[in-house]
Amino acid sequence: MNTATHSKPLLETKGLKKYFKIRKNVNLHAVDGIDLELYPGETLGVVGESGCGKSTLGRTIIKLLEPTGGSILFNGKDITNYSVNQMRPLRREMQIIFQDPYSSIDPRKSVIEIISEYSFIHKMYSSKAQTFSKAVEMMELVGLAKRYANSYPHELDGGRRQRIGIARALSLNPKFIVCDEPVSALDVSVQAQNLNLLMDLQDNFSLAYIFITHDLSVVKHISDIIMVMYLGKCVETAPSDELFINPLHPYTQALLAAIPKPDITMRNKEFQLIEGEVTSPINMKPGCRFASRCPHVMDICSQEDPEFLEAAPGHRVACFLVNDK
Amino acid sequence: MKNNENGSDAILYKKENQFKEIWRRFRKSKGAVIGLILFIVIAGGLLAADLIVPYEKAVSQNFGARLAPPSMEYPFGTDGYGRDAFARLLHGGRTSLSIALLATFSSAIIGSSLGAIAGFFGGKVDNLIMRSLDIFMSVPDILFTMAVVYALGPSFTNLLIALTLAYFTNYVRLVRSQVLNLAEQDYVEAARAGGAKNARIIISHIIPNAIGVIIVNTTLNVAKIILYESTLSFLGLGMPPPHPEWGLMLAEAREFMRTAPWLMFFPSAAIVFTAASINLIGDGMRDALDPHLKS
Repeated sequence: MNTATHSKPLLETKGLKKYFKIRKNVNLHAVDGIDLELYPGETLGVVGESGCGKSTLGRTIIKLLEPTGGSILFNGKDITNYSVNQMRPLRREMQIIFQDPYSSIDPRKSVIEIISEYSFIHKMYSSKAQTFSKAVEMMELVGLAKRYANSYPHELDGGRRQRIGIARALSLNPKFIVCDEPVSALDVSVQAQNLNLLMDLQDNFSLAYIFITHDLSVVKHISDIIMVMYLGKCVETAPSDELFINPLHPYTQALLAAIPKPDITMRNKEFQLIEGEVTSPINMKPGCRFASRCPHVMDICSQEDPEFLEAAPGHRVACFLVNDK
Repeated sequence: MKNNENGSDAILYKKENQFKEIWRRFRKSKGAVIGLILFIVIAGGLLAADLIVPYEKAVSQNFGARLAPPSMEYPFGTDGYGRDAFARLLHGGRTSLSIALLATFSSAIIGSSLGAIAGFFGGKVDNLIMRSLDIFMSVPDILFTMAVVYALGPSFTNLLIALTLAYFTNYVRLVRSQVLNLAEQDYVEAARAGGAKNARIIISHIIPNAIGVIIVNTTLNVAKIILYESTLSFLGLGMPPPHPEWGLMLAEAREFMRTAPWLMFFPSAAIVFTAASINLIGDGMRDALDPHLKS
């Protein structure tokens, strides 16, 4: 999607930080200075391995977690320091779909109660009956049969439960949804169904997504722009196609190399996997965070933070290999 | 009300029948139904005590008929003062059961609310509540209750206060641990993402998920409180005599355990049956309230 057609980003973060305090003066840097822009109707895919701060980023952006530093601009307004009460009206515009379809819906509520809860909170409709009939519309929209209205979550499978979560997020007509690994708990055939559902909904309601996942094939399928995260930092951002053809950061290259390919000639070749452990995100030293695992590591990598610079139009990367050229 | 323009969809939603639904699930459990019937019989008998046998017979002493064994005239025999044990059992049960039920409910409500607040808000509020609770718990229960009754004087209301103070601490700890666990669930975060206020989260998500444990604990406590109350009566801190009470009857019967064992048998049986019926109802309620067990 061409970003130039939209003048203003729907969501923008500048140097967004979220640290978790472990002890006095000991902080876990879960999200450490993320800049991103999201335009209406666009999907930003966020990839990275477990523990790199993807989910924390998603939750911080919609202020389920208080940011430690940086700023969040939504529709041009700085919402970084909004209180819970100030955020409440904005909840109608920004929503989240959770990863785990089992724990993210209350086991004691029926499907229709779960879906209509947000509408009741925001008093979207004048009567109870109208709220319920809207909730039934939402169920149809996400492909849940009406007859499940009075079912309880435990009676449904993972895919349907995830659709409850989607219907609930959509019930407020948001403009922007954080999808926190919404398909990673599902099996592949159901994953595809739910991904297509999310894409259809995006087309119909011009939703903007931040799509968090560790699954590169999923992210390629759905994203306009992909952001690769490593230990709380953004290492590379590029349009989806560009990233898969021309990955510049050694970490992105390693991630892409690790995708299994259905190619018979590759059978006897070994994967080039990255070695070593992720460095601890607690009280980090300066320098590139990937330095300890990087196959192309240089002296400068452990001394300075690489800057996040544009290598090609719309393709930004934080690596000395690329930026010093 | 439901037959407006959206009638067909609104009818799909049948939450109005929630109590019916719970009752339907409750009925499925044989134990629960037996418990309920037993409880209705006991409660009915106690309520109708005045019609069955006058209160006068429970307190008037008849030394000609001391320690009489069960007979047509005295179905459960007579005690050491020649008072009709059957009349005492019926009239005493009213006090015992109402104190036990009221004390259980008041301690459950006070304790659960404090526990929910401590668990949900955490931090300073949690510390304040739990440390004050430590003060309560550092004094042995019986000593604490005795002090309260001594200070206020033995009466129905004061007994209620003493028993509530002795029992609410259990609930605080129990509910706090439940809530600590539940507040971490994703669905609570989802409610926040929807803009729900704390009160809504507690009332609509946390309490319904914690209610099973609270109900079971509550029903177990009814039996405990009946016994605790009898301890107080035994120490002379229960209802002022000559008013009958199950615990007091047991305490008095102890003297005649060898010569008139029936005096001990009937109040014990009454306590056992009451406690059992309430426990059975509690089990049934827990299952009926849990949609997981719905079939």
